[in-house]
Amino acid sequence: MRRIGIWIAVGGLLLATAACGGGDSGGSASGTPKAQSLAVGFVAEPANLDFTSTEGAAIPQALLVNVYEGLVKLDQAGEIVPLLAEKWEVSDDRKTYTFKLRENVKFSSGAPFTADDVVFSLDRVKSDWKLKIKSQLDVVDKVEKKDDSTAVITLKQPSNGFLYSMATRLGAMFSRTGVSDLANKPVGTGPYVLGSWRRGDSIQLDANPSYWGTKPPLSSITLKYFKDATAMNNALLTGGIDVISSVQAPESLQQFADPNRFEVIEGTTNGEVVLSMNNGRPPFNDKKARQAVRHAIDHKALLDTAWAGRGGLIGSMVPPTDPWYEDRTGDYPYDPAKAKQLLGGKTYNVKMRIPNLPYAVASAQVVKSQLAQVGITAEIEPLEFPARWLDQVFTKGDYDLSIINHVEPRDMGIFADKSYYFGYDNPEFGKLLASADQGTEQEQTDDLKQAAKLLSDDAAADWLFLFPNLIVAKKGVTGLPENAISESFDFTALAKQ
Amino acid sequence: MTLYLLKRLAVLLASTAVAAVVVFAFMALLPGDPAEIALGVNATPEAVAALRQQFGTDRPPVAQFLDWSGGLLQGDFGTSYVTSSPIGPQIGDRLGVTAVLVLGGMAVALAVAVPLGTYAAVRHRDPLGAAISAVSQVGIAIPAFLAGILLVFVFAVQAQVLPSGGYVPFAEDPGEWLRGLLLPWASLGLVQGAVLTRYVRSAVLDVMREDYLRTARAKGRGSTGALWRHGLRNASVPVVTVLGLQLATLLIGAVVVERVFVIPGLGDLLLNGVAGRDLLLVQGVVMVLVAAVLVINFVVDVAYHLLDPRLR
Repeated sequence: MRRIGIWIAVGGLLLATAACGGGDSGGSASGTPKAQSLAVGFVAEPANLDFTSTEGAAIPQALLVNVYEGLVKLDQAGEIVPLLAEKWEVSDDRKTYTFKLRENVKFSSGAPFTADDVVFSLDRVKSDWKLKIKSQLDVVDKVEKKDDSTAVITLKQPSNGFLYSMATRLGAMFSRTGVSDLANKPVGTGPYVLGSWRRGDSIQLDANPSYWGTKPPLSSITLKYFKDATAMNNALLTGGIDVISSVQAPESLQQFADPNRFEVIEGTTNGEVVLSMNNGRPPFNDKKARQAVRHAIDHKALLDTAWAGRGGLIGSMVPPTDPWYEDRTGDYPYDPAKAKQLLGGKTYNVKMRIPNLPYAVASAQVVKSQLAQVGITAEIEPLEFPARWLDQVFTKGDYDLSIINHVEPRDMGIFADKSYYFGYDNPEFGKLLASADQGTEQEQTDDLKQAAKLLSDDAAADWLFLFPNLIVAKKGVTGLPENAISESFDFTALAKQ
Repeated sequence: MTLYLLKRLAVLLASTAVAAVVVFAFMALLPGDPAEIALGVNATPEAVAALRQQFGTDRPPVAQFLDWSGGLLQGDFGTSYVTSSPIGPQIGDRLGVTAVLVLGGMAVALAVAVPLGTYAAVRHRDPLGAAISAVSQVGIAIPAFLAGILLVFVFAVQAQVLPSGGYVPFAEDPGEWLRGLLLPWASLGLVQGAVLTRYVRSAVLDVMREDYLRTARAKGRGSTGALWRHGLRNASVPVVTVLGLQLATLLIGAVVVERVFVIPGLGDLLLNGVAGRDLLLVQGVVMVLVAAVLVINFVVDVAYHLLDPRLR
């Protein structure tokens, strides 16, 4: 009966639509997009355009590398490559970096880019930036201009993190005359400039006619913002956009299965989907209980069930695009018998308080059923994200298990802070991180490999999977950044055949 | 009439004041700290405390309320926690979009309901009249967002004749503006039209049974002419009341429909505000919505008086 009711409803709606819609559609203008422009769908819209004072990944995602450039950038393999600096030299004591700048570079305002702007931009991080991440550049002692095209940066102590930070928004170069209205009028040296911004809808970037490097292939790119995943999928199906920058639910991919119309690109991200265990209170203050959880979870089955098999398995807090990545998935193979043995026959009731996000809800179901088989009964409680999850789990630490995608790059260091919501406390880990930052690159890699191993051995948490970067594009769109491993969505090479 | 107007106006102002208190109290009860959310997973307790002070959310609720309501009286909605820009102009921009959406939806509803409802009443014994009545019953059961999703599926995804969403300002391209609004208008209007059809039908049916209409027909006017001349104004009295109530429903329905169609209106602003706990913004938007509903009710009451001389 119910099904019949629905069909009548649909039929009635169509009848009514047909009855009143007749004359209305006459006003339709041509739907063809302008030549050489592309529209890309995103989930989160920037609150404003000033990433020096406003948190939020959406701002650097749109502007970094595209509008603002740094001396260096992160390429698709995770390597630091030259951008506004042609090359750089590091002194023997690893405390002085001398950057040779590209010449004939201009800001979109017409002002030339020189070493004075490097000094200005980096000093400004200290004096004017309001974000917490600015502390990453605390290691900088002074920034000096040697000549117009040479800048010298001296560090307080050797730091491997420094150059990496320079590839993030912290290293973005600003014009001395272009910072009066950062929230609305970005002035950078990049291949694109801000065209227009329709708040709540889209941002248009136009090609920068006076760009110093290879001119971008497109004349404009529109970043369209969708809060609703279905609306974004529909927009691609109907030609409203050309690219979905990141698919929110892999099961929706089947709509784009036709290879003559669409292309699905799967890459990696920095997002480790962490099954966090509260190390600060029973039962998971006991290492054996945490190890039992790791043995109890069949990660491959979880990924297949919860996320359609998209993504990778990692086993610790390092994504494969970091130089110190090692496959740690063998540390705790799926072994329910061993898990039971580690629990010593005891059973537990625990609270799994997760954010109400699709990947967390899907994963939690699988985790719950797998844990049940070794005697851990997990009660799932979804909390509204971000507000309630941040308050209850992140700030107050009131949870036993939780699941969240930690998306920040090179973020293993969060385990070094014992007040962080994991409650993980192993001084050895902090020592490894400190020595990694100050050693040579080789020492850094060795130390961090060891740190990742320590986290895994201690079962500080469990790493369910590495979040995939899923892009869907109309056939013929080229130059999409396959991996989402920097703060920016790099439009530089984006083109349409 | 003047006395009535003054009385109604006083009620309007008092309800608005009560609404302000209620809206503020609800926001205060909402779990989640704006400062924590603004800082996200990078937060330290010191940074959260500093930001709380900057937002002014560390002060007692009464002080915050007086500040906010005092500002409202001067037309100042305060400054958004998230965007650090004044809230008033943001609401103003979005209100324009939502108003177009709601009024268009109303127009569709009227365009559907008045002819169909009247026809269904006049020909209530015909199969077609009965069918209209039955279909409208079904329409009532469909929420606007579901209608929206179905319309997108049929007209955008399958037939590819209309965009699936998005909003182009009128000044930029009137043609695209209209194309973008057709489906949202239809999803709001058809559902409300179904509701309204039933009221129009029963109002016209009632009027048709009245003695004065029979008298008019007896005096030689055709049945359509009699209805047109004497019936419609009388039938419109209950319909206007329902229309006012529906306008309020449409306003709320627009909040959801905006999300389905990616339209940057008040609803979109409101939902973003809730997610980011941009409390001042949420308070501002809810206050505007509440005030709009109260004003609509006020106008309906007054219109009722104008249409029905017996009430004067």
